[in-house]
Amino acid sequence: MTEQLSEDSAEQETRRRSFLAGVVAVLCGGLATLPPVVAAVWSFLDPLQRSSGAATFLPLTDLTNVPADGQPRQFPVIADRVDAWTGFQAEPIGAVYVKRDEGTDRVEVLSATCPHAGCFVELDNAAGCFRCPCHNSSFTLDGGIVAPSPSPRSMDSLECEVSKAGAVSVKWQNFYTGIEDKVAKK
Amino acid sequence: MRELSGHGESSGLDEVAGGSWISNWLDSRTGYRALVRSALYERVPGGARWRYVWGSTLVFAFMTQVITGLVLWASYSASAQTAWESVYYIQYEMTGGWLLRGLHHVMAQAMVVLLALHVMQVVIDGAYRAPREVNFWLGLVLMMLVLGMALTGYLLPWDQKGYWATRVATNLAGLVPLVGPSIQQLVVGGPDYGHHTLTRFFALHAGFLPATLVIFLVLHLTLFRKHGLHAKQPITKPDAMFWPDQVLKDAVAMLAVMAVVLGVILMPALRAILAGEPIVPGHLGAELGAPADPSEPYAAARPEWYFLFLFQFLKVFEGWGATGEFLGAIVVPGATLGIMFLMPIFGQWKLGHRFNIVFTIAILAGAGLLTAMALHEDYYALWADRSAFADVEELIESTGGDEDKIFAALGHDKEKLDVFTNRREKLEAIRRSEAFLVAVKQAARDSDRAVELAGRPEKIPPTGALSLVRSDPLSQGPKLFAQHCQSCHAHIDPSAENAEEVFAKSSAANLFEFGGESWVRGLLDPKRVGGAAYFGNTAHKEGDMVSFVCEDFTDEDEWKQDDKEAVIFTLVAESGLLQGTGRKGTGRKKVIKRGQELIANTDRCGSCHPYRDNETELGYAPDLNGWGSEEWLVGIITDPTHQRFYPDTNDRMPRFGVASEGGLQALSNKQIKLVSQWLRGSWYRPAVHNQANSDRDHL
Ligand code: FES
Repeated sequence: MTEQLSEDSAEQETRRRSFLAGVVAVLCGGLATLPPVVAAVWSFLDPLQRSSGAATFLPLTDLTNVPADGQPRQFPVIADRVDAWTGFQAEPIGAVYVKRDEGTDRVEVLSATCPHAGCFVELDNAAGCFRCPCHNSSFTLDGGIVAPSPSPRSMDSLECEVSKAGAVSVKWQNFYTGIEDKVAKK
Repeated sequence: MRELSGHGESSGLDEVAGGSWISNWLDSRTGYRALVRSALYERVPGGARWRYVWGSTLVFAFMTQVITGLVLWASYSASAQTAWESVYYIQYEMTGGWLLRGLHHVMAQAMVVLLALHVMQVVIDGAYRAPREVNFWLGLVLMMLVLGMALTGYLLPWDQKGYWATRVATNLAGLVPLVGPSIQQLVVGGPDYGHHTLTRFFALHAGFLPATLVIFLVLHLTLFRKHGLHAKQPITKPDAMFWPDQVLKDAVAMLAVMAVVLGVILMPALRAILAGEPIVPGHLGAELGAPADPSEPYAAARPEWYFLFLFQFLKVFEGWGATGEFLGAIVVPGATLGIMFLMPIFGQWKLGHRFNIVFTIAILAGAGLLTAMALHEDYYALWADRSAFADVEELIESTGGDEDKIFAALGHDKEKLDVFTNRREKLEAIRRSEAFLVAVKQAARDSDRAVELAGRPEKIPPTGALSLVRSDPLSQGPKLFAQHCQSCHAHIDPSAENAEEVFAKSSAANLFEFGGESWVRGLLDPKRVGGAAYFGNTAHKEGDMVSFVCEDFTDEDEWKQDDKEAVIFTLVAESGLLQGTGRKGTGRKKVIKRGQELIANTDRCGSCHPYRDNETELGYAPDLNGWGSEEWLVGIITDPTHQRFYPDTNDRMPRFGVASEGGLQALSNKQIKLVSQWLRGSWYRPAVHNQANSDRDHL
C-alpha cells in the first residue's frame, strides 16, 4: 500500500518535475532568444520614426521668371537633403509647375508628382494640358482632373508666397497617392 | 521505394560504391547511400513524362539564380551613390560580368514563365487534390516569394527604369487599408526613397525572401516525396524510376531552358554579327538605364513585362477614382490569390475542379490580353498612320479644341461629331504612343551617355554617377535649352528638312553651332542676316547690324573677299571654335592678325563694337572681345542688359542669372555654364569612339 503510494507520488513527482523542467526550458530558451528578436524588430521599425520634417517654405524663383501668360512652367525645388548618412546641399528634391494668370500677380503652384501613383506629370504643350506618362491621367492647366482618369483627385496644389521684392517661395510637401483626399505625408 | 533499394534497380549505385572501403566507412558514419537512394529511386507511376518536368526546371532556375546571385552579390554595393555604379562595373568592366548579370536577369523572367506553366499543369492535372492540398498552398507561397524577388530585384540597379517603376509599386502598397502607409514606409525605409530603400530591398531580395523560399521549397519537396508524384490518369504505361528515366527528361528540359535563356542574352550579338557591326559585350544581357534621378521625369517608366498586366489593369479602372485604384491594385489581385488558395477545396467536386481549370486559364488569358493591350497602346504609333488624321488635327487647331466651335464646324451634325470624337481619341492614342516612343529613345540615349561618362579615364567620382550626369553639358544642355530658351530660340541644323518651319515659329536667332564657322558665315550673309534664323524675328530686324551686312559689307570696293574671310575666321577664333575650319600654321596667324585689325578698325566693325584697343565705348553694340567664347556666353545669358551686351536694346531676353533680393535666379550659375558649354559643343567625348558619330548622335 505504502509502496503503491510512494510509487504514485514518485510518478507524480517525476511528472511535476518534468513539467517544471519544460516550463523552465521554454522560459530560458525564450528569454535567450528575446534580445535578438527585440533588437531586430525594434531597428526594423526605425523608418516609422523618421519623418521628412515639418514642411517649410523654400525659395523657388523670381516672379519675373513666371510670365503672366497663364502658361505653367516647370521649376525644380531645391533644398538641402539628408538621405540616412549622406547630406546633400542644394539638391533638386522635386519639381513643381508655376503659373501666373494673364495680367495678375497671383501665382499658383502645382506639385509635379502624380496623385495617382507618384510618377512625374509632364506638361503637354501641344495639347494644352498636363499628362502623366504612366497611366495616362490628364489634367487641365489649372491642375483639374480630366475625366475619365485613373487619378482619384486633381493635381496637388502647394501653398506659395510672393515677397515684396518678387521672390516666389513654395511650401514643399509630399502627399499620399491613390486616395481622394489630399493628405500630406509627415 | 525502400524495399526496392535492395533489388536490381539500385545495383548500379551499390556496384560503384560496394568495392571501396572509403564509401563503406562513409556510409556507416552517414548513411548516405540510403539518402541517395531515396532521392533517386522514386517510383513514377505510368512512367516518365514530359509534363512532370516543370517543377524540376523551376528548381533548376532557382539554383541558377542562387549561383549567379551570390557572385553578383560579391560585386554589388547597395547605396544610392554606389548601386548603379557597381552594376555598371559588373556590366561593362568586370570579366564575364555581362554574362553573369544576363543569366540572372533573363532566368528571372524564365522563372515567371515556368511558374505559370507549373501552376497550370498542377491545376489541369488536379494534382492539388487530397492529400496534396497543403503542398499546393506551399506552392502558392513559393510563387508569391518568387514574384516578390522579381519585384525587389528590379530596383537594385538604381536606374531610372527600376526607380520609377518601383515607386509606383510602393505607392500602391500604401493603399492597403489601415497599415498601408506604415508598410510603405517600412519597405521604403523612411519617408523618401534613398539608401535605405536599397539596403532594405537588397536584404529582402537576397536574404529574407530566398531564405524563406528555401524553407518552403524544402517543405514542398518533402511533401511531394511523402505523397509521391501525382500521376496523370489514365495510366497506360508501366511504372518507371525517377532515376534515370524522369531525370533524363528533366535534364533535357533544363538544357532547353538554358538554351533559350542564352539565346535571349546572345541575340543582340548575333544581330550585330549579321549587320557586320562590332559586338559590345556590355550591351548583351540585362539593360542598365541612366542613374535614378528623382528630379528628372522618366516618361518611359514601365514595369518588367510580367507585371505589365497589373500596370494595364490600373488603367481599366479609369474614372472610378480612389475606389478603382483600390480595386485594381489591392482587391482584385488579393481576391484572385484567395480563390487560388481555395482551389484544393473546390477541387473536391468535379464541378469545382472544372471551375479551377477555367479560372486558371481565364486568369492567364486575361493577363495575356492585358499585356497585349499595354504593348499595343505603347507601340501604337509604329503602325498607325497619323497623316490619316490630318483633318482632325486641323480642325482641333483651327477651333482651339473648343467643343462648341467644333460642333459648329461640323454643321451641328450629331453623327459627324461622334465620328469626329472617335477619331480624335485615336489621334490622342497615337500621340501618346509617339510620346512614349520618344521617351524610350531618350532613355536609351541617356543611358548610353551615362555609361560613356562612367567610362572616362577619371572614373566615377565618390558623389556617384548622377553627379556626373548632372554636370554633363551634353545631358543637361538640351533639357535646359528646351525649358528656358526654346520658347524664343531655335536650335536646328539649317539644312534640316523642317528648319524653315522652326525658324518661322521662333522669335530669336537660331543657335545651332553658335560661334562656329557656318553660324558666322550666315550672320555675315546679306541674304540671311535679316532672315528668321538670325535677326528676322527680333527688334534688330532693321537694326544697324542688318543694314551693315546688307549694304557696307557687300560693297566690294570697301570689303575685299579676303578681308571678309579674315573677319569670319577671326570671329570664329574669338569663340575658340576654330578646330573645324582646317586652317593651320603661319597663314592662320597672318589671317587672324588681318581680321583683328579690320574688326578693331573704327571705320569698320569697330565703329559700333568695342574690340581690342579701339576705345569704342561699351553699350552700343556687343563687345567682340572673346565673342562666342564660354565666358562671353555665360555673360550674356546671365545678364543680356549688361554694358557688354545690350544695355538699351535688349530684345525680350530674360536675365537668367540675376535675381531680386531673397529670390532665386532663373538659371543657377552652374546651369548657365552647362548651357553655354553645350551650345559650343564642348563636352566629354570618349577617345576610341568614332568621332563623327558621337558628335552629332546626341543632338
Ligand atoms: S502615376 Fe500618374 S497616371 Fe498613374
